[in-house]
Amino acid sequence: MLEMQHIGKVYRTELVETHALRDFSLRVNEGDFVAVTGPSGSGKTTFLNIAGLLETFGDGTYRLDGEDVSGLSDKQRSRIRNQKIGFIFQSFNLIPDLDVADNVELPLRYRRLDRGERKARAERALELVGLASRTRHLPSQLSGGQQQRVAIARALAGEPRLILADEPTGNLDSLMARQVLDLLEEINARGTTVIMVTHDPDLSRRAHRNVHVLDGRVTDFKPYDPVPGGLAAGAGA
Amino acid sequence: MFAHHLRTAWTSVRRSPVLSILIVAAIAVGIGVSITGLTIYHMLARDPIPQKSDQLFRVQLDSWDPDSPFFEGGDEPSGPPFWLTYQDAMALLESDIPKAHAANYRSAAVLESDNPSVAPDVYGIRATTRGFFSMFEVPFRYGAAWDAAADQDGAPVVVIGEKINDELFGGEDSTGRTVRLGDDEFRVAGVLEHWSPHPRFYDLNMTTFGDPEQLFVPMRAATDREWAINGNTSCWKPESLVTFRDFLGSECVWVLFWAELPDSASREAYMTYLNGYVDQQKAAGRFPRPMDNRLRSVEEWLEHRQVVSDDSRVVVALAFLFLIVCLLNAVGLMLAKFAGTAPSAAIRRALGASRGDIVRQYLTEVGAIGIAGGLAGLALAATGLWSLRQGFEDLANVARLDLSMGFTAIGLAFLAALAAGLYPAWRVGRAVPVRFLKSQ
Ligand SMILES: Nc1ncnc2c1ncn2[C@@H]1O[C@H](COP(=O)(O)OP(=O)(O)O)[C@@H](O)[C@H]1O
Ligand SMILES: [Mg+2]
Repeated sequence: MLEMQHIGKVYRTELVETHALRDFSLRVNEGDFVAVTGPSGSGKTTFLNIAGLLETFGDGTYRLDGEDVSGLSDKQRSRIRNQKIGFIFQSFNLIPDLDVADNVELPLRYRRLDRGERKARAERALELVGLASRTRHLPSQLSGGQQQRVAIARALAGEPRLILADEPTGNLDSLMARQVLDLLEEINARGTTVIMVTHDPDLSRRAHRNVHVLDGRVTDFKPYDPVPGGLAAGAGA
Repeated sequence: MFAHHLRTAWTSVRRSPVLSILIVAAIAVGIGVSITGLTIYHMLARDPIPQKSDQLFRVQLDSWDPDSPFFEGGDEPSGPPFWLTYQDAMALLESDIPKAHAANYRSAAVLESDNPSVAPDVYGIRATTRGFFSMFEVPFRYGAAWDAAADQDGAPVVVIGEKINDELFGGEDSTGRTVRLGDDEFRVAGVLEHWSPHPRFYDLNMTTFGDPEQLFVPMRAATDREWAINGNTSCWKPESLVTFRDFLGSECVWVLFWAELPDSASREAYMTYLNGYVDQQKAAGRFPRPMDNRLRSVEEWLEHRQVVSDDSRVVVALAFLFLIVCLLNAVGLMLAKFAGTAPSAAIRRALGASRGDIVRQYLTEVGAIGIAGGLAGLALAATGLWSLRQGFEDLANVARLDLSMGFTAIGLAFLAALAAGLYPAWRVGRAVPVRFLKSQ
C-alpha cells in the first residue's frame, strides 16, 4: 500500500535546520493496522503528513498504492488525498461553521458527487460511528469524543484505502479513546489500511504492527504479537 | 459547488462582521466617488443628438477685429467669433445648400394668457427660424413649425413647450389659440413634446445643461419688436449704435447659426458658398481679418466650447485613483480576514480541495462582498450626486444615476473586489495546509 525509501525531510527557518526525517524507510501492506510510536518531536507527524501527501519531501522515493508520487502536481495530490486517504487528527479539525452532516459530506463535495450520493454516504458513515441522530448539530455542540467520531465518519465517507490518524485519542479520556480505537479496528477489519500515531501503549498494542520512530528514523518495527509482552523480532523495510 | 461556496462565504462574513463591513465600506466609498465622477463625466461627454450629430454644423464667419482676439481663454485665441452678425446671418439664410438651417438668439418677454390662474411672468424665448425644428428633430405633440412666410414677414406665431401648454391650456391641443407676448397676441402654431437635449448644444451660453426655452417665435417677429438679446453680444468696431436698427446693421456678433449638411458634398459646397460670401463682403470693405470660416459638427462644437474640460478628465482620473487607494485598503483587510479562516481552508485542503477550489471559494466571498460594496457605493453616489444637484443648479438635470450607470457600478465593484481579492485568495490557496493542522 505504502512504500517509503530513504525519505529525508528538512525544515529550514532563518536560523535552524531541522531534519524531521532522515533516511526514513517503511513499508505498509494493504490491510495493515500500524501503530507509530516515538517521543515528541521524533518526526511522527511529519511522516503522516508526507504519507498523506499534505507535505512534500526532499530525498528518497515514496510509492503510494503502487504509484510514485514525488512528481505529482498539487492538483493530482489533492485528488489522491480526496479519493484514497482519510485523515483523523488529534484536534479533530472539524470546520466549526458546518454542521455534522456538512462536515462529513465535505470530502464528497470535492469529489463532485451529487447531492443524493453525498447524503447517502454521509448517513452511512455517521451511522457507523453512532451519530446518525446528530446530523444538524454544530461541532461546538458535541463532546470531544463525539467530535472525533464525526471526524472519523468524515474520513470514512469517502471510502478511502488508507486512514492516517495522528494521535486520534490524544484529546480524549480513556473510555472514549477505547471507543475510537474500536471503530478504527472495525474499519481495518473491513480492509482499510490504518496508520495511527499514538503515545498510548495500551492502544498501540492493539495494532497489527508497531513502528517506533526516533530522531526521524524507524528504529524498531515489530510485527503483531498476540502474546502481551512477548517479542517477535522485526525487520525494517 | 457554487452554492456551497456562497454558503461558506455567508458564514465567513458572519464570523468576522467588522472586517467584512470595513471591506464593504472601503469598496463602497471607492465606488461611490468614482461613479459620481463618472456620471458627471458621462453626462458632459455624451452626444446630445447621436443620430445626426455629424450632420449638424455650427457656422462661424471671421468678421472680427483684426487687432485683437475674440476669445482669449479658448483653445484657439485667433479663431473666428462664436456668433454671427445679424446681417451675415440673414444673408446666409438665403442659401439653399443646407438641408435646413436656423439663425437664432435667446430673448425674453412677458407672457400673459386668458387663463386667470396663471399670473403674467417673464419667460425666456428662442427667436429662430423654422429650420430649427426639423434640423434638431424637435418633437411636436400638436401642430407644427410655422411656415416659411412667417419667417419672411415675422408673423406673430409661437411654438410652445409642453410645460407651458400644460399650465396655460391644461395640456389640450392649443394650436390656433393665442397667448400674449409683450404687447401682442401670438397664435399658437405648435405644441412640443418634452424635449431637453443634454448638453444643450444648440446654445451653450449661460447654461450647459439647462432646459430649452418653452417659447419659440420667428426671429423676425422678435427683432421687429426689438426684443432684447438675452445672450452674449460682442462688438469690436467703433460704431454709432443709437437705435435697434443701428445694432442690427452693426459688426456686433450675437446670432447663433446652425446648418444641416448631410454629406461631404454639401459640406464642401456650403464652405465654397461661405468663402464666396466673405469674398464679396471683403470687397465691400468688411471682414478685415484673413478668411477663416468654420463648420463645426456638434461634437467639435462641444469640444471647442470645452463642455468637457481637461479639468473634468483630471477629476475622473483622480476619482479612479481614489478607488485604487480604497482597493489597496480592501486588500489589507481581506488579508486579515482570510488569515482568520486559514485553518478551515487547511482542513479543506487535507480533505482533497485543490488550490483552485480554495481560491474559487474565497473569490466567491470576495465577489459577494464586491456586489454588496457596489450597492452601498451606488447609494453613496446617489447621495453625492444629490448634494451636487443642490449645490450646482446647472447640474440639476444631469447629475443623476441611470440604469446603465447602476450596472456599471455593480460590475465595477464586482471586478474591483475580485482584483483586490485575487492576491489574498491566492495566498490562502498557496498556504501549506499542515501549518494550520497542528495536532497540539
Ligand atoms: N513546519 C515546521 N517547521 C519547522 N520545523 C518543524 C515543522 N514541523 C515540524 N518541525 C520539526 O520537525 C521535527 C519533527 O516534528 P513532528 O513530525 O511534528 O514530530 P512528532 O509528531 O513526532 O512530535 C520537530 O523537531 C519539529 O520541531
Ligand atoms: Mg506529532
